[in-house]
Amino acid sequence: MSSTKYILGLFDDPDVMMHGIDKLQKNSVPIYDVYTPMPIHGIEAKLGIKDSRLGYAAFMFGCLGGTTILSMVYYFLGYDWPMNIGGKIHFALPDYIPVTFEWSVLFASFGMAFTFFYSTHLFPGRAPRVMDLRATNDRFVIAIDAKGSTPHEDITNILKEAGAVEIKHNDRKYVSYE
Amino acid sequence: MASHKESIIREPLVTGKGITYAKVTDDILAPVENKPNRAWWIGFTFASLGACLWVFAVSWTFWYGIGSWGLNKTVGWAWDITGFVWWVGIGHAGTLISAVLLLFRQKWRNSINRSAEAMTIFAVICAATYVVSHMGRPWMALYCLPLPNQYGSLWVNFNSPLIWDVFAISTYFSVSLVFWYTGLLPDIATIRDRGTGWYRRIYSVLSFGWTGSVKTWQRFETVSLILAGISTPLVLSVHTIVSMDFATSLEPGWHTTIFPPYFVAGAIFSGFAMVQTLLLVTRKVLGLENYITMFHIESMNKIILVTGSVVGVAYITEFFIAYYSGGEYEQYTFLNRFIGPYWWAACMMYGCNVLMTQVMWFKRVRTNIAMSWVLSIIVNIGMWFERFVIIVTSLHRDYIPSSWAMFYPTWVDVSVFIGSIGVFFTLFLLFIRVLPSIAMAEVKLLLKDQSEEYKLKQIAEGHLDPEQVEFYKNSLKKFDSVDISVYENA
Repeated sequence: MSSTKYILGLFDDPDVMMHGIDKLQKNSVPIYDVYTPMPIHGIEAKLGIKDSRLGYAAFMFGCLGGTTILSMVYYFLGYDWPMNIGGKIHFALPDYIPVTFEWSVLFASFGMAFTFFYSTHLFPGRAPRVMDLRATNDRFVIAIDAKGSTPHEDITNILKEAGAVEIKHNDRKYVSYE
Repeated sequence: MASHKESIIREPLVTGKGITYAKVTDDILAPVENKPNRAWWIGFTFASLGACLWVFAVSWTFWYGIGSWGLNKTVGWAWDITGFVWWVGIGHAGTLISAVLLLFRQKWRNSINRSAEAMTIFAVICAATYVVSHMGRPWMALYCLPLPNQYGSLWVNFNSPLIWDVFAISTYFSVSLVFWYTGLLPDIATIRDRGTGWYRRIYSVLSFGWTGSVKTWQRFETVSLILAGISTPLVLSVHTIVSMDFATSLEPGWHTTIFPPYFVAGAIFSGFAMVQTLLLVTRKVLGLENYITMFHIESMNKIILVTGSVVGVAYITEFFIAYYSGGEYEQYTFLNRFIGPYWWAACMMYGCNVLMTQVMWFKRVRTNIAMSWVLSIIVNIGMWFERFVIIVTSLHRDYIPSSWAMFYPTWVDVSVFIGSIGVFFTLFLLFIRVLPSIAMAEVKLLLKDQSEEYKLKQIAEGHLDPEQVEFYKNSLKKFDSVDISVYENA
């Protein structure tokens, strides 16, 4: 039994790496994850990752923000301390559009950003779970779980054929842990 | 796919030879990972002296009160609000570059958005300091917020543009901060993974544990796009509301309906000028000529030209409407800009903002670094005078001639203003020292199809329309970072 936990294919070009993903999938090798220094469009479709639903979250938070400030203003100026300004109505809606807009944007952006951090497990001080330190610099890394049924040599060969510049058999999942 | 074929006639966004992904990282992180050079220390010394002056002048204001400023009964708003509006205006370019240009898929934004956003944040901080310091008693700032209080809970007046402004500026600042920091996460992770020891530990905390997995990037891009979408109306709303601080008053010279679009155009104008001022120096000092190229400089100059002309049209409209309205107070206010005692301020305003920027119609001027830099400074000065003219010149002739007055700034007024410039540059210099001044991940996206090297390879391969290749070669002549001799045989 080999002690290898993860097999990493390191590429130096995003297009070659995309080709590598195709090759692995054609040979029915399941891909654990792909780490890249920049967003590469089209990977999510290949790996079958569904569209992000953060847009819905942003919309809901935006509605919440607008409702919150408008209710606050209604309570302040329409109910708690109504002021007679030239006999006009207490709750002068057009005047409250700017603040309603501002808080809709405020809640939408903060709500969405924090939902992103929460769902992706990002927070200050989180131990980075990095499989290869160059994945944030100049390497495009395909990670394959070594537990699968495909023999390790076969995976290595597929990656080599696809044009990987380096193939690593790592005994530890994350190299960033000390 | 990761890359697409781009037409050869488009100018390259990254120049230079041997630019690989690793080289991009090395070049951009060089100022962060190494000790600062002498130029940085000189700049930082002057900037921090300015910041000390600011601390002293603001402390003086808090100790002796607003009486230490040159305000009087007639001119009750002067350098403080001028400085505030000037800084808020400068703070508009960052979000414009990062949000509006993202929506329009302008890829040249990729290498200037990071420092422009940082500039936005620092400019809004400077603006906010005016809001707090003009209260004289800074703890009074809490009364701007709708908080329960001991006066039976007397709430803030949501009918007032000044309260809208509190909401607009605070929202703008915090949303810009989120936008900027989210964009920084992948780059901070790059610094983390290259570092060791305590250095690595600090950036590890700041990186939020970013890994660059597929799902992270996918969500990151969604967040960026939506933030851009909602920041675009936000940035327009902020200066609209700032202009309403004046436009909803009954003061001749202030209560004009053209103010919102006029102020927004002016804000973009001054913001781009400040970006130009900073980036022309930054690219030289940090050696980033290959990433912030002549194409970027020329594009920004074009935006300065367009917005400067929009502002010019707004000035003419203002004069026409003053004449056409038939209101004699309105007519007098505008005539008085030239025949009154502040005629020189109006000359600075119209001269710097409208006349001087018109020279940018000439390509020779737009692609000349020294002239671009001087013009960007002229625009910054002109935009300061615009606010000064609108505020002080409109106020100094009151309805009753016995109340007519002049405004003379005291040393405290001057020191708070010069000091705020020091605060701004201190923050900016610290930023380029500890964080990447160019968004590395976004520049890496350009390498495969928008770099000079890639285009040269395409030319070498042949199969291109010779006329288009010739056009491309001619467009490269203006670049200071391109070795044109390579193309003579290609």
